[in-house]
Amino acid sequence: MLELSNVHKVYKVGTFGGGRLRAVRDVNLTVAPGEVVSLIGESGSGKSTIGKMVLGLFRPTSGSITFEGTDITTIRGHAARKEYYRHVQGVFQDPFSCFNPIFKADRVFDMVRSSYFPGTPDGVWREKVLDAIATVRLDPANVLNKYPHQLSGGQLQRLLIARALLLDIKLLVADEIISMLDASTRIDVLNLLADLKERGLGILFVTHDLSLGNYVSDKSVILRKGAIAEMGPTQRVFDNPLHPYSRHLLSCVPQLHRTWAEVDAELDANPPEDVVLPTAPDEDSAPLIEAEEGHFVGINQD
Amino acid sequence: MTDVAGAPGTTDRADAPEPAGERRGSEALHFARRNPKLLIGSGIVLAFMLLGFIGPFFLSDNPNEYVGPQTQPPNGEYWFGTTTFGQDIWAQFVYGVRSTFVIGLFGGGVAFLIGMTVGFVAGYKGGIVDDILNMLTNVVLVLPAMVVLIVAIAYLDVRGLFTQGMFIGLSAWPWAARAVRSQTLSLATRDYVDLARLSGRRTWRIITTEVAPNMSSYLVMSFILLFGGAVLTAAGLDFIGLGPSNGVSLGAMLQSAVNWSALQLGMWWWFVPPGLGITAIVGALYVLNVGLDEVFNPKLREL
Repeated sequence: MLELSNVHKVYKVGTFGGGRLRAVRDVNLTVAPGEVVSLIGESGSGKSTIGKMVLGLFRPTSGSITFEGTDITTIRGHAARKEYYRHVQGVFQDPFSCFNPIFKADRVFDMVRSSYFPGTPDGVWREKVLDAIATVRLDPANVLNKYPHQLSGGQLQRLLIARALLLDIKLLVADEIISMLDASTRIDVLNLLADLKERGLGILFVTHDLSLGNYVSDKSVILRKGAIAEMGPTQRVFDNPLHPYSRHLLSCVPQLHRTWAEVDAELDANPPEDVVLPTAPDEDSAPLIEAEEGHFVGINQD
Repeated sequence: MTDVAGAPGTTDRADAPEPAGERRGSEALHFARRNPKLLIGSGIVLAFMLLGFIGPFFLSDNPNEYVGPQTQPPNGEYWFGTTTFGQDIWAQFVYGVRSTFVIGLFGGGVAFLIGMTVGFVAGYKGGIVDDILNMLTNVVLVLPAMVVLIVAIAYLDVRGLFTQGMFIGLSAWPWAARAVRSQTLSLATRDYVDLARLSGRRTWRIITTEVAPNMSSYLVMSFILLFGGAVLTAAGLDFIGLGPSNGVSLGAMLQSAVNWSALQLGMWWWFVPPGLGITAIVGALYVLNVGLDEVFNPKLREL
């Protein structure tokens, strides 16, 4: 459904755009219908940039992003772009900044209506909105006709997901949608994503939290400095990390029943086997090697 | 889980980041009614505005008519006295106030429109568009506006209020454009702007419905400052004889008072009213602006 091939993003920085900042380097990945792909990486690894490029908010420097056969970097004109957003929607990290503070929160629904469903009668539209709100498990009486500051982060985040559901979406880009929520609402939103997946939605789940990636996704992509370090089915990536960076990253996850010292001691006692990592022929490319079926490792950038 | 009142995560946030909407509207009104600067400033501006727009209906059509005795100090019949030629200064003053407001609204309005358009487009689009528009803005900003206006207006055969307003508007917009641009740069990076793009909104609708409403107080204040600036520039042009031909304005009154040696002849009633009128209107506008600033900016409020 969604395919990124050899996607690069280089920012020009500094006065007169003299400096170069490589945010995304030679990324190849696919998202199939009903598949949750998590992009995992530390700050500055390029994960949000990939999400924004898929949403068409940034344009890749080179490479192609193909959605159902069309390269979205070639989309020109407002009508075609609008049609693309009918099928691809995003939910962002900070729910408070996603709502214009001077308008009521349900204005996000009205915007979708005026853009995509101008002919829908009021009654039908109201049903549709209530339906979407019920899907995200909110009580309409609690959230409709309120200002953003009167609602909690979790409610706002779920309203944004409900907004995306009003459209006939096939792909949802969820950019760190959990990080601003507290633990009790977190699991609700995660379960909601699982429900959406059942309905055949492809989800690109951008996160820096390894356990969340493990919890929701079918496929995990670990990014480092803009390039893919490791990619594969979540189970395999987490049970058998092959890239030194992923191993290091996984060893950093705090464990309830063990102390750091115990974890380190165990790691030292049986060091994992080294795998052969690909080497990049030049500064631009980042080739992948298939270490086992469907499980890829990328270049070492230490 | 449904939303249970009082459950964690469902409570209303008392520490909401930005107070908004109705609450902000009524809050602004609350402070507006208690702000003496705002009340005094808007009171004076409003009084002059009513005088300028209603006054002429009670006066003769031509304020430059020679109606009465010459060189009369203020009296019951001619409230502000008469000129060396017997023109009624009160009538000239009322018409002058009207043309002052017309030039302020029109010249300030033109400058405001251009400045807003340039600022919004440059700030929102960024990149090469921003570079070009910013360069244009800076070029116009450093042009000696008064000199250009004098040269341009001196070449026109027929001068009316609207040509004058248009020229003032075309030269006064750069600082407004820069101010609007800098605000837009900051607002355009908010997530709700991205969300509006994902909702299939066009660029100009995003600017008018997402960005502009968040800086409405800023825009109002820019307009007031442009209005005052246009009034002053027009008075300056009128005073050096480049005012509307056959028209009357406060600046033109000052000019003829000087031309016919009112100062030397002790005819204070000829030059004090127009001078005081301009000072009062522009001064009140600036006081109004400071008052509005205090109302909209919580940090400046005196409680």
